[in-house]
Amino acid sequence: MLVPEPDLTPSDDQPSGQPAVEEVEVAAALAAALAAFDAAGDLDALKTARLTHGGDRSPLSLGNRSIRTLDPSRRSEVGQRLGAARAAVGRALGERTAALEAERDERALVEEAVDVTLPSARTPAGARHPLSRLQEEVADVFAEMGWTIADGPEVEAEWFNFDALNFGRDHPARQMQDTFFVDPPENGLVLRTHTSPVQARSLLSRGVPLYVACPGRVFRTDELDETHTPVFHQVEGLAIDTHLHLGHLQGVLDHLMTSLLGQGTRTRLRPSFFPFTEPSAEMDVWFARPDGSGSGWLEVGGCGMVNPAVLRAVGVDPSVHRGFAFGWGIERILQIRDGVGDMHDMVEGDVRFSRALGGAL
Amino acid sequence: MRVPMSWLAEVVDVTPGSTGEDVAAALVRVGLEEEGLETGGVTGRLVVGRVLSAEPEPQKNGKTIRWCSLDVGETDETGASTPRGIVCGAPNIVEGADVVVALPGAVLPGGFAIAARKTYGHVSDGMVASAAEIGLGEDHDGIIVLSELLGTGRTRGLTPGQDAKGLLGLDEEVVEVNVTPDRGYCFSVRGLGREYAHGARLDVAQAFHDPVDVAVPAAGDGGGWPVTLAEHTGEEVGSGLAPGCTRFATRVVRGIDAGATAPFWLRRRLQQCGVRSISLAVDVTNYVMLLPGQPLHAYDAAALRGAIRVRRAGPGERLTTLDGADRTLSPQDLLITDDDGARPLGIAGVMGGAQTEVTAATTDVVLEAACFDAVTIARSARRHRLPSEASRRFERGVDPEIGPAAAQLAVDLLVAHGGGTAEAGAGDVASASAASEVETIALRDGLVRDLTGMDVERQATVELLEQVGCSVGPGEPLDSGVDTFAVTPPSWRPDLRADVDLVEEVARLHGYEHIPSVLPAAPVGAGLSPAQRHRRRVAQALAVDGFVEVLTYPFMAGGRSEQLALAADDPRRAALSVANPLSAEEPLLRTSLLATLVDAARRNLSRGGDSALGGSLALYEIGQVVLPRVGAPAAPVLGVDERPSDDQLAALEAALPHQPVHVAGILTGDRVPAGVHGGGRAADHADAIAAAQLVAATMGLRLEPASAQHAPWHPGRCAALSVGGSVVGHAGELHPRVTAALDLPARSVAFELDLDALVVAAAEVETFAAPVSTYPLAKEDLAVVVPEGVTAEAVLAALRDGIEASEVGGVSVGDVVEDLRVFDVYTGAQVPQDHRSLAFSLRLRATDRTLTATETAAVREAALAGVARVGGVLRS
Repeated sequence: MLVPEPDLTPSDDQPSGQPAVEEVEVAAALAAALAAFDAAGDLDALKTARLTHGGDRSPLSLGNRSIRTLDPSRRSEVGQRLGAARAAVGRALGERTAALEAERDERALVEEAVDVTLPSARTPAGARHPLSRLQEEVADVFAEMGWTIADGPEVEAEWFNFDALNFGRDHPARQMQDTFFVDPPENGLVLRTHTSPVQARSLLSRGVPLYVACPGRVFRTDELDETHTPVFHQVEGLAIDTHLHLGHLQGVLDHLMTSLLGQGTRTRLRPSFFPFTEPSAEMDVWFARPDGSGSGWLEVGGCGMVNPAVLRAVGVDPSVHRGFAFGWGIERILQIRDGVGDMHDMVEGDVRFSRALGGAL
Repeated sequence: MRVPMSWLAEVVDVTPGSTGEDVAAALVRVGLEEEGLETGGVTGRLVVGRVLSAEPEPQKNGKTIRWCSLDVGETDETGASTPRGIVCGAPNIVEGADVVVALPGAVLPGGFAIAARKTYGHVSDGMVASAAEIGLGEDHDGIIVLSELLGTGRTRGLTPGQDAKGLLGLDEEVVEVNVTPDRGYCFSVRGLGREYAHGARLDVAQAFHDPVDVAVPAAGDGGGWPVTLAEHTGEEVGSGLAPGCTRFATRVVRGIDAGATAPFWLRRRLQQCGVRSISLAVDVTNYVMLLPGQPLHAYDAAALRGAIRVRRAGPGERLTTLDGADRTLSPQDLLITDDDGARPLGIAGVMGGAQTEVTAATTDVVLEAACFDAVTIARSARRHRLPSEASRRFERGVDPEIGPAAAQLAVDLLVAHGGGTAEAGAGDVASASAASEVETIALRDGLVRDLTGMDVERQATVELLEQVGCSVGPGEPLDSGVDTFAVTPPSWRPDLRADVDLVEEVARLHGYEHIPSVLPAAPVGAGLSPAQRHRRRVAQALAVDGFVEVLTYPFMAGGRSEQLALAADDPRRAALSVANPLSAEEPLLRTSLLATLVDAARRNLSRGGDSALGGSLALYEIGQVVLPRVGAPAAPVLGVDERPSDDQLAALEAALPHQPVHVAGILTGDRVPAGVHGGGRAADHADAIAAAQLVAATMGLRLEPASAQHAPWHPGRCAALSVGGSVVGHAGELHPRVTAALDLPARSVAFELDLDALVVAAAEVETFAAPVSTYPLAKEDLAVVVPEGVTAEAVLAALRDGIEASEVGGVSVGDVVEDLRVFDVYTGAQVPQDHRSLAFSLRLRATDRTLTATETAAVREAALAGVARVGGVLRS
C-alpha cells in the first residue's frame, strides 16, 4: 500500500500548537504524534490525530514555517531536524492509515458474511429415470467393446417378432409370449414381446459379421404387480461371425455383469430353450452386495447360439456364419443391483424414484 | 410338472439320501426350471388314534357332538394306557375305528394350530382330522377312517400313536419344475426320471427303469375296439396340416365294479401332482398320463355305437363338450365320432363329449391311447380356449411308441382296483400316411466343439447321445473329408430335428459349467448412432435444467383425445388400438407423449408433487409414439426359408405405423420455487418454449417460433416450432379446458417435439467458424412500434432483411451484424392503441475495419426501412 503524504493544507478549524524548533521540542512533538496515531482506534480518530500532529498548525508545521525567521546559521540544522521528524510522522500516519483501512475492510467483509449452507439452487436440477440411465450404461459397455447399438420399432410385424426368430405359427412357445396384438390381429402387428426382432432387422440391414446390442422397451400381457409389468425393458445382444461359440457368449456375459455389478461377480449358464437359439441357456448371476453379503444366484435372462433357422430367414448362410444372442431384463438388473423391491416404483413415474436413483447427472 | 419323490424313485435310482432340493438341482442342471418344492404342510405330531369310545352328546343348538376317548399310544410311568379325550363333531367316528389325530402343538395346512381347548363342556385334547384338514383333498364329509382310506388290507398292522404323516405320505417332498416348450416328454414321471439320471450324471441303462417296459398283447384279430381313421392329409383342410391321427390303440376292460374307487396311494399321487380325483376310471387314465406321458381316454363301452371313427369336423358342425359348452367346430378340428360319423363324441386330444363319458354306472370301459398331430391339437385347444392336460402334452409331442404300453398300465390298474377283466386282445390302428420312421440327422464331427467351445471327445459325444436315447452310427463323410455321425433320435424326442439340437444334448449332459469364458474381439463397430447420442444429450440437458425424467406406459383411453381437446379431424385421434388390452379402458397406443405424460403428472401431484420444487412439477419423457399410416396394408406373411426380397420387406415396413421418437415436457406450478432466494416464479409459456429451444440447442439447432392454434395448447399462447420451415413441435401454455379436463393445475405449460425430425435436421447443420473480429463494437438500440399481432420473430426477420440490403456508397454493409435481439416490450400510453413497442439491441462489428458513423447510420436506416414492411415505425 502507498503511504499517503500527510495533508498539510492550512485549515481554520485545525487545532493550534506551539512551534517546535529545538531538538527537545521536535522530539516531543514527534513522540506525541506517534503516540496519538497509535492511540487512534479508527480512521476518524486518526484523522483528528493527523490534524493535531501533522496539520497546518501542528508544532512541527509551525516549526517548519518558523525556519525562515531563524538565524540563517541555524536554518539548515533545524530544517534537517524538522524534515526528518515530519517524514517520520508521514510514514507513521501512512502505516496506521493502512492498518486501520485494512481493519475496516475486514470488518465490512465479516459483516457481509452469509450462510452458505442455505439452499443454493434457484432452480434445482432434475433427474434421469434410473432405467434410462442403466440402458445407457449397458449400451456403453457394448460400445466400448466395439459393438454397434441398434434400435427398432415397438409396434412390430409378427414376422419379425416371431416367424423370423423360428417361432412356428403353432409352436407353444409363441403362445407363451403373452402377446399384445394390434387391432385387427389379422393385420399381423404386435407390440414386440422382446428386443429380439432387432436381431433379424440388424442382420437384414447390416449383414455379417455383426456385433450389435439393442436396449429397448418390450411388452407382455402381464398385470402390473410387485414383480411384473406389462411394459418393461430388455437389452438384446447379437454377435455373428465365423468362429463364435458359447464360450464367447460366456465371456461377453462375464464382462457385462462385472461392468455392471462389480468385480467378483460370477455367472453361470443353465440349459434352457428358446426357439431362436440352439443350444440355449438361461444365465444366472451372483454378486457381492455392498454390505459384503452374496446376492445368491439370480436369473437375468436367456441366451444361446443363434438357431440356423434364424440365419436362413434373413439370408445368412449358417454353414459359414454362426454366433450367439442374448436378452436380459433391464428391470431385473436394476432390481438386484439397487434393491428395488417393487415394480410399481419403476413404472409409475414418481419423481421420488427418479430422484433417488437417477440424480447423478 | 410335479413329481413326488417316491414316484420318481420308482422309475430311476435316486441317489440315496437325496432331498427334493438335490433332485431339483439335478433337473435344473439339464435344463428344467425349479418352480417349487412342496411337502404336506403338516408340522408337529399327527398320529394314528384308535377310538375307545365315542359318546354322542346332543347340544342345545341341535348338533350332536361326540365325546371320544382315543388311544394315541401314550402310557403313564406304570405302562398303563392314557387315552386322550377329544370332542369330535363328525358322525362317522365309531368305536374301534383307527383315525388320524392331530395332537396339541401340531400345525395343519393353512397355519391351523392345534391346542387343547375347552369346548362343549370338555377339554378337547387334540383333534380328529378330516381329509381336508390335513391337506389330503377336499373331502370334508367326516373324519378319516383309516380302514376306509387305505383299504383294510393296509391297516391291519396299524398301532395307536404311530406317525400318520409318513403313513399318509404327508411328509413327502414334491418337486415342481417348469418344462420348456420343446420338452413335451418332461410332462411325465418317465421323462423326469430320465432327465434326473442325466442331471445326476447316472448311466441311464443302469439307473432308469422305463415304466413302459411292460408286456403288451399283440394287436390285431379284432382285439380292442374297432377304430377307423379317416384319411385326411393336410390339403383336405387347406392348412398344411399333417394327418390328424397317426395311431390309435385301444383296450377293453369289462365287469368293473362301478362303486370301486382308486386306492389311496394313487389318489394321493394325483393330488400331489395337482390332479383332482374323479372316479376309478378317470383317476387311472390320469395316473397313466402322468406316468409315461400318454394321454388316455376312457369311454363307457355301453354308450359307444359301433366302431370309433376319427375324422375332421364338417363345416358348421357343432358339439357340446363335457363342460356344457355348445361349440361350433372348425374343419381343422379333429373329432372322435360314432361309426356312422354322425355323432361327435369329442374333440380329439382336447375334450370329450358327455354321451360316452364313464359314469357311476359304467362297468365296461374302452381305453383310448392315441397319437394326435401336435399342430391340430394346438390349434383346437387355442380355438376353443380349452387348454387341458392332454392337449398340453399332444401339442408338444407325445411318444408315438408308447400307446399300447400305456393302455396296458391302465388295464392293469383297472383290473387290480376295479375287479374288472381285461379282454385278451389289443387294438392298434395306424394311419397309412403316418411317417414310417424317424429321420436320421447327420452330425459333423467337431460341431460340438465349434458351437460350444467345449472339448468333448468323439467317443464321449457318441456316449452322451446314446444316454439321451439316440442311436448313433457312422455317417457319410463330408466332401471335405470330415466325418459325420448318423444320429437317430429316440421316439420321445420329436424336438431333436437338426444337428444343433444334438449339440445342445451333448452340451447339457456334458455340463454347461465346462463352457470356457472368452471375450470375443469385435471388429470396429458403429457404437452409438447420431440419434442415440442426441437423445442422450437431450435427456441430460433437460435433467440438468430441472426436469425429472419419467417413463409412462404407452396405453391411453379413448377419451383422452377429448380431454386433450383434439379436433374431430386431428390425425392424432386415429390411434391404433390393442386387440387384447390389459385394461379395456385403455386400449389405444399413444399418438403423443403428452397424452400419457399427463397421467404421471397427475399421479405425482396427487402424492404431493416434487418436494424439490415445493410441490410443483417439471417432468419429461423421451419415447416412441405410434402414428398409424392411413390405409396401411396388412403385414404380409413372409416365409422363413430364405431372405425375403427387398419388395417383400418393403411391404412389411409399409404395414408398420410411423413410430418417431418424441420428447415432451410438462411444467405445473412454479418454474422457480419460492424459497430463501425470494418468492417463486410461476412457470409460463416461455418456460415451455425455452425448454424446447434447449432441446434444439443440444443439437446446434434453433427453433423458429410462430403463433399457432394447436391442441392441447392455449390458442393464444402456443408456439409452433419449426426447423427449416418444417414444424417439429409445439410449446406453450395448455388450454384451460385441457387442464380442467385432465385435473391439472391451471396454467400448466408443456412442449412436445419430434426428436427424430430434429436429428435429421441436425445432420444438415453446416457450421463454420467466422473469424473472431477484434475491431471495436458499435451498439445501436432501436425501438420500433408495430401493430399488435406482428410477432417479435416477424419484426426480427424484417430487421434482418432490411440490414441485409444496407450499403454505403454502393458497398454492402449487410454483413456487420454480430447480434440482434429483443430486450424490451412496451404497450401503453406512449404508443398508439393496438400497437406495441419492441426494443432491439443491435451489435455491429466488421471483421476488417472499424465501422464508421456513416456505416452504422446506414445499417440503422436500412433496418428501419426493413421494419416498415411489417408496419413498423421508429418510436419517437
